[in-house]
Amino acid sequence: MRIEQKVTVDAPRHLVWEYVTEPANYPVFIDGLTRWRVAGDRHKGLGARYRMLIRVGAADVGGLIEIVEWRPEGDMAWSSVTGVDQRGRWRLRDLGDGRTRVTFRFQYGVAGGGIPAVIAERVAAISLNRRFRVSLLNLKRAVEGQAAELAAP
Amino acid sequence: MRRFVDELQSRLTADLDDRDPDFIRENLSLSWLLATIWFRGEVRDMERIPEEGPILLVGNHSGGNITPDTIVFTLGFNTYFGVERPFYQLAHNLVLTSPVGPFLRKFGTVAASHENARKALDSGAAVLVYPGGDWEVNRPTWEANKIDFAGRKGFIKLALDTGVPIVPIVSAGGQETAIFLTHGERLAKLLRLDKLLRLKTLPVNLSLPWIVNVGDFLGHLPLPAKITVQVMEPIDLDERYGPDPDVEKAYEDVTSEMQDQLDELAAERRLPVVG
Repeated sequence: MRIEQKVTVDAPRHLVWEYVTEPANYPVFIDGLTRWRVAGDRHKGLGARYRMLIRVGAADVGGLIEIVEWRPEGDMAWSSVTGVDQRGRWRLRDLGDGRTRVTFRFQYGVAGGGIPAVIAERVAAISLNRRFRVSLLNLKRAVEGQAAELAAP
Repeated sequence: MRRFVDELQSRLTADLDDRDPDFIRENLSLSWLLATIWFRGEVRDMERIPEEGPILLVGNHSGGNITPDTIVFTLGFNTYFGVERPFYQLAHNLVLTSPVGPFLRKFGTVAASHENARKALDSGAAVLVYPGGDWEVNRPTWEANKIDFAGRKGFIKLALDTGVPIVPIVSAGGQETAIFLTHGERLAKLLRLDKLLRLKTLPVNLSLPWIVNVGDFLGHLPLPAKITVQVMEPIDLDERYGPDPDVEKAYEDVTSEMQDQLDELAAERRLPVVG
């Protein structure tokens, strides 16, 4: 199952990049995140690992994820190591005039196949779509707030 | 006949290796759908469970032979800690000898006995016990919000013997999945079920599709009651009661704390089934 959400942030790309790559921000802006901690020595960057869970329906789902792609101010992608199979990506593009296009992509698969797995994937998508929409709006507010503070005389 | 008896007997032997993490992962989608859509399940404060090491999870449960609180909590534990963490559940012999027995063994269900629980705890696993057993799940509907372990203190002795912390798990809503009328103790005794199958009860409930359901041997279609499960703070009996603990007092304390928690959960519910 693949989910994609986009938002335009009225802030320069480097500010958005700093925000989405800082692990301490995730419990603040990701809606429904019930567990989030850095796993291992690396705080951020390629190879950094995080233990995460997000509330979806009756359960907290997730697992251990690892950053597998890191292109500064461009793309950051992760993949699951344990838990639910997932891949995700932040994709930032400069729109000029200090604005940034943020694309969030999330792919997941429910183990086992069969009819229950197919239904579960689709039911979960309803909840996840809503959570990610709220999360992107949280991100937009937070970064635009930072940009306004920096711009203030 | 001999082969049949041997097969049933083998299902009651605790082989911890029967637990299959891949099988659990592949079947979580079904319990997630059931827990999410049918029971609107909610497990609270899972982070109170220690991250590592053996623990004894002690719960109340409800709903006759179909116990939705077990489905909701087992799903919650497996998704929160991952299927890699060893997790066993103790169940009545009747459950393991039923057609779903082999399925449950792969999920980590073993026959309820002190030896099996000890074996699992010694291996470093998390173990879930329901001391109230078949007695508790068939308590009448008007006792739905009562912790009723029927005086079974085995879990206290087990925690003291092994030195592992107890984490009480309190759930509400399960006894709203049917209308439970009686434990049926007299009937069970009359039919000698206590001797033959370790069954002290022959419960009677009103449920779908049977309407009048005696024994609940084939299960029933549970009403879609909202299930709420609350994880309580761990209790270290050694730390709390010192080197010479009074089992009776420890039992009274733990069950009364669970009762207080259940009262709180019950007070939150505005309507039966709806929650």
